[in-house]
Amino acid sequence: MSTAEGGLTWTVYDANKMTQREIYGLVLTELGEKHPEIVGLSADLAKSTKISDFGDRFPERFFNVGIAEQNLFGMAAGMAKAGLIPFVSTFSVFATLRAGEFLRTDLCYQNLNVKVIATHGGTSFGSAGATHHSIEDLALLRAIPNLTVIVPADGIETAKAIRACMDIKGPVYIRIGRGFEPPVFESEDYDFEIGKAIELRPGTDITVIACGATVYHAIEASRMLEREGVSVRVLDLHTLKPFDDDAIRRAVAETRRIITVEDHNRIGGLGGAVADVIARGGKGCAFETLGIPDTFCSHGYPEDIMHIYGIDTDGIAAKIREVLGRDFEDDEDWEDEV
Amino acid sequence: MPLTEQERQQFTAIAKKIRGDLVDVTQWSGGAHIGGSLSMVDLAVLLYWKYLKLDPAQPDWPDRDRFVLSKGHAGLGHAVVLANRGYFDIALLKDFNQYGSPFGMHLDSRKVIGVEVSTGSMGHGLPEAVGLALGARVLGASWRVYCIIGDGESNEGSIWEAAMAAAHYKTGNLIAFLDRNHLMIDGRTEDIMSLEPLADKWSAFGWNTVVVNGHDLDALAVAIEAAQAHTTGPSMIVCETVKGKGVDFMENNPAWHYGGLSVDLAAKAKQSLGV
Repeated sequence: MSTAEGGLTWTVYDANKMTQREIYGLVLTELGEKHPEIVGLSADLAKSTKISDFGDRFPERFFNVGIAEQNLFGMAAGMAKAGLIPFVSTFSVFATLRAGEFLRTDLCYQNLNVKVIATHGGTSFGSAGATHHSIEDLALLRAIPNLTVIVPADGIETAKAIRACMDIKGPVYIRIGRGFEPPVFESEDYDFEIGKAIELRPGTDITVIACGATVYHAIEASRMLEREGVSVRVLDLHTLKPFDDDAIRRAVAETRRIITVEDHNRIGGLGGAVADVIARGGKGCAFETLGIPDTFCSHGYPEDIMHIYGIDTDGIAAKIREVLGRDFEDDEDWEDEV
Repeated sequence: MPLTEQERQQFTAIAKKIRGDLVDVTQWSGGAHIGGSLSMVDLAVLLYWKYLKLDPAQPDWPDRDRFVLSKGHAGLGHAVVLANRGYFDIALLKDFNQYGSPFGMHLDSRKVIGVEVSTGSMGHGLPEAVGLALGARVLGASWRVYCIIGDGESNEGSIWEAAMAAAHYKTGNLIAFLDRNHLMIDGRTEDIMSLEPLADKWSAFGWNTVVVNGHDLDALAVAIEAAQAHTTGPSMIVCETVKGKGVDFMENNPAWHYGGLSVDLAAKAKQSLGV
């Protein structure tokens, strides 16, 4: 563990041993030392989401509301109205669907300064099955005004996102996983800006746009294809809202082939957001989305589920080869416009 | 303690004026939730003219008491009370419900001065009131939180989630009122979804609970002061009320949960109110 001005930062050595949740708990506790206005709330998932770290350090500023997610958000809204900055943690599926209208009406309609750190996103709680998977949250949340939506790639980016969300005076949703997401970043020593995609690998033949746990696999697939002579750009599109339209337009112009990959239903999430930008741009582009194919997933190890639905390294590599071989009509004036 | 004679006369006159204003705004707006606004007028007058620590000239005064209208469809009633209390000119309510007006059916706290929380969807206000009460504790602030919920609203699970949390966290700075007018949109509460024994439920949830006549200013005053003195946990004052109170053809008639008034009908309503 290294230290730096302004508090702790995390290196790959720490991140290798910690889940996104564990890093969240530690970073929030660190922020709590500096910000007495931060309070924490959970609904009997304090230990599971690791907000318990904050609760252990600041018991007078932590509130476990029991298994009652509607009241969880209502109380957080009231505390924000009182001038506090609530961090609220529960599983993603409960935050967005069980208590969705409270998130929408209490937090977002009133534009309150509440941070929702939702764990167990996507299929990361694989063995728990569809009741505990969250493959709809991004589609739902993209449609709620005022809300910032972030899906960090790994533990280090989680730390960056947790720090960065303090600069936003409004509701923020950060979706993290359950397990040991393989590290993408080696340290916090990189530029993270909410709403700005990060180009992790340069490339000219095709762009893979990923968020969350699939970013690691996109990088691995890119490396695999590099050995076959294919130049694959990888974008970590960690912020679903506000969306980095420019990064998409550049990818269209410079690689003309795009694949999105996410641990989420193929409907309405990252793929939908990218498709929207491409369609509005009006430029020809070979395009495919990888994600959960509008089905409730079986239980199983997350690695197996990602493999079955083709959102791991092998699945992404196969899709790259497929899209590279796809013909599409070139615009006659393409070169001029690029 | 009971009101002084002067207070009793003053508050009775204000409540009468507000009921007349409610008829006016309902007529102007084309339609409003007048029934459940009329049922809570007496309580609201007592809160806004005697018990809430507030200053209409400084709506953001940090030490003010917080009032949350959990039964947010009675935004009509809240807006008329705020106007009469001096937060804004009642003439602004001429455009109630219309595009461009700050005042819609369910009041927006970001548009209407004096409104703490945007409510309207049932079962949201009480959880936020609990959060406000605990927020005061974290901040070391001395303000109280007052919240009015509806009886139909009490079907919502979130009301009971908040009830548990307030008792668990012993929010002695939270006083809630249940506007028990016995009616909801589709009919009588006991026909749609039984609530009784309602006061017993609040007691069993750990709240300091009393039942009073919600139109008896003296009984309300006694109950509120007893609740203020009870600082070890939340208090619930169940106010037995009449929906549509004061307008003979609206009283106890579920059809007047929401409605519009023609000029003639508004005149009849005012005649019934004696204004």
